[in-house]
Amino acid sequence: MSGRPLTKKEDIIQVPHVHKEHQWQEGDLTVTRGSGWSGPGCHDGCGVLMYTDKDGKLVKVEGDPENPYNQGRLCVRCLNLPEVVNSEYRLKYPMKRARDQRGNPDAWERISWDEAIDIVVTKLTEIKETYGPETVCFYQGTGRDISAYLTRICYAYGSSNYCYALDGQSCWIPRMAAGFATAGGFYVMDCSQQFPDRYENPEWRRPETVILWGNNPVVANADGFYGHWFTDILKRGSKLIVVDPRITWLATKADIVLQIRPETDAALALGMLNVIINEDLYDHDFVDRWTYGFEALRERVQEYPVDKVAEICWVDPEKIRAAARMFATNGPGAIQMGLAIDMSRVGIPAAHAVSAIYQICGYVDIPGGMTPVVTFLLPDQSSGNEWVTEKAAKARLGIDKYPLLSFGVQLASTEEVLKAIETGIPYKPRACWFMQTNILTCTSAEPQRVKKAYETVDFILANELFMTPSVQALCDLVLPAQTYPERNGIVAGCGMQRAEAINKACDAIGESKSDPEIVLEIGRRLNPAAFPWDTVEEMFGAMCVEGGRDLTFKDLQEVSPGFLPFTYKKHEKGLMRPDGQPGFMTATGRLELYSNFFEQACRINPMPYYEEPTFSPISTPEEFEKYPLILITGARNAAMFHSEHRHPGRLRDMNPDPRVEINPETAEKYGVKDGDWVWLENSIGKAQSKVKVVPTIKPGILSADHAWWRPEGDPNDLYGIEKLNINNLLVHHPGDSGFGADYKALICKIYKLEEGEQHA
Amino acid sequence: MPKGILVDYEWCSGCRACEMACRVEHDFPKGENGIMVVQAGPYQVSEGEDNWVWINMPVFTDQCNLCAERQGKGKLPTCVHHCQAAIMKYGELDELQADLAAKPKQVLYSLR
Repeated sequence: MSGRPLTKKEDIIQVPHVHKEHQWQEGDLTVTRGSGWSGPGCHDGCGVLMYTDKDGKLVKVEGDPENPYNQGRLCVRCLNLPEVVNSEYRLKYPMKRARDQRGNPDAWERISWDEAIDIVVTKLTEIKETYGPETVCFYQGTGRDISAYLTRICYAYGSSNYCYALDGQSCWIPRMAAGFATAGGFYVMDCSQQFPDRYENPEWRRPETVILWGNNPVVANADGFYGHWFTDILKRGSKLIVVDPRITWLATKADIVLQIRPETDAALALGMLNVIINEDLYDHDFVDRWTYGFEALRERVQEYPVDKVAEICWVDPEKIRAAARMFATNGPGAIQMGLAIDMSRVGIPAAHAVSAIYQICGYVDIPGGMTPVVTFLLPDQSSGNEWVTEKAAKARLGIDKYPLLSFGVQLASTEEVLKAIETGIPYKPRACWFMQTNILTCTSAEPQRVKKAYETVDFILANELFMTPSVQALCDLVLPAQTYPERNGIVAGCGMQRAEAINKACDAIGESKSDPEIVLEIGRRLNPAAFPWDTVEEMFGAMCVEGGRDLTFKDLQEVSPGFLPFTYKKHEKGLMRPDGQPGFMTATGRLELYSNFFEQACRINPMPYYEEPTFSPISTPEEFEKYPLILITGARNAAMFHSEHRHPGRLRDMNPDPRVEINPETAEKYGVKDGDWVWLENSIGKAQSKVKVVPTIKPGILSADHAWWRPEGDPNDLYGIEKLNINNLLVHHPGDSGFGADYKALICKIYKLEEGEQHA
Repeated sequence: MPKGILVDYEWCSGCRACEMACRVEHDFPKGENGIMVVQAGPYQVSEGEDNWVWINMPVFTDQCNLCAERQGKGKLPTCVHHCQAAIMKYGELDELQADLAAKPKQVLYSLR
């Protein structure tokens, strides 16, 4: 952003409002307009209207019809928000517990905020002086309004161990890293989301053919992508190709379904590229002018003839050809890639290959094609990068092994952090700060191993909305955090960004504070120069300026939801590079089908390729004889977001138990029936689930929910996670780049619980 | 003039936002509601590999009052307002009948 003039308030395009202010009165209730981009909830940040009564209590939430993002629509989770915000399960006060009492639910002691902050400051200062600041790891969970504050306090404190417990950072980050490294940005399907007047905008047109790749967006709250934009564009006539091991409801609307074996996405993409290149269906002019490495790609795809790919993916070769031809000849086309791309050791090569499909077809930054995201704030959502010293940057765990960790979202390697805790090599992490991340329930592979390792860490604290298994098992201090209606904030988001404020609507529950507030109060004690603000609102304003926008928080509230001016074909107009030259923000200025950066700076394969998952019928045939089923993990349901929304109530009513989907033929073969409780087991571990027999999954393949716990259960038993956590079957083993890990294709066996055996 | 809701069930994704909106609006206890989504399928049609039937259908129960209180404030019934697939249209029955004829895979509920 440096060197460019800051965007002024008047440059931001606003939408018409009935009520100019963000708050107004409706009968006895106060209505607050805002955005749901922090816990509890997803990556969407939908426009909401929050209703509070005269006592300041949240009583109702509706979708904001004026917000172009969701246009008044809202899913079950935010509709039911008051039940979650006002839940009896909320943490209300800071609590501490003696180090040797970890896991003991009766040992928590309520303390004041002053004492809590003193404990954090004293502990972190001691650790810094004794062991060095790099020995403190700062963890975020799912990407919401938290990353920026977390990185700022991590860096300002002197650490660079910004952490995320998912192995291989396998959520959004592989796709984004591939996008930024090879195309200078993150590209999304053009559903008109950049225009305040949406589908009515005269410049927009529908994509003719869309590929929905590894995603069930109407359920899964994709990354900054409102799932029902899919139904919007299908109604407007787009043709649909679905790539998914499961027949989702959207797949039943598709013209072609490629029901692939889990995690063979990269092979399929290379096979489709083979067809598009060998049948000469690509856009020659675009390839000549704007891509780099096409001839190398042509050579690479010869290694992936369609018949071989069909064998890898377990799909009909003719359907692969038909899909490739349809996409290449019936443009403009767009591809919505989902999390399944990330959750493979070849996540980056898969994202690189899938991107090459729309790139060589020339569907780049044109109406109805793939559009680089508008970033209203910093694209990597981090803040405080100026505080990272050279010494700290070198101390980031895993950076020697995985140079790609030095670029973009600069996370430490999850597996290397774990190994450092276990072995003390190169140094032992001494403290961890979990900011709304439930690592033992949701994210970590091998959760029992992780628990054992973290039990040896000197000091662990968390900000949380609720008591979680992770806090109960591992923490010495827990700080009560706020849900989004209780606090102010700013929305950055991971898709197309807009100017959007999170607005406080209701009174805080108990003594809870927002994550930014907690960070500011502790940050100003640890490094006053990095936190010079008196209020969080001043900090938000400074972050807008850091992102290139000359706005105060009050300005942001006034312009929300605000849009930046948008134009297509930015690469032709010199708008993609800070130097104003045409082209893309890559070393060659082109879309890099062959990446010198990957090869030279990151020491990884410069081109897309496919490799088998860690365990599969092909990579481990002997093991597969013992565990003859393929297991997908992390199937989403509409009522729950990751490990949230498990508390008793309306959402839990919709989905009371963890489920594993199984084909009728496979169910019969293994003697299990709909509703049976079963063990899923492999050489790493086992977990319980409840059988759901469905015809929409192929024989021999299972699909299980993730992140289950029973908040109403026994805290001494960590709410059942030891038995319920499907991640028990996962191993740490990230891709060669350090990014991506096999969460979507495991192997296992299935058997019923023994008679009399109780399920968790 | 009788009112109704036109449902373009071809695009009902089964997300159940209508059910939740209704349940919280009217504070219905578990198991009761003014609208419920029922499902036909999914099953594979015997001819044609990619030919599946999976129909989601919102059904109005006797507990639906078309959100009388909301209407008094000039608002839409909450299910119509929040439907994520935007497949519900509230209005005068005779006007909706014209829309019904314009596209297949729709149903028109006459509610009051």
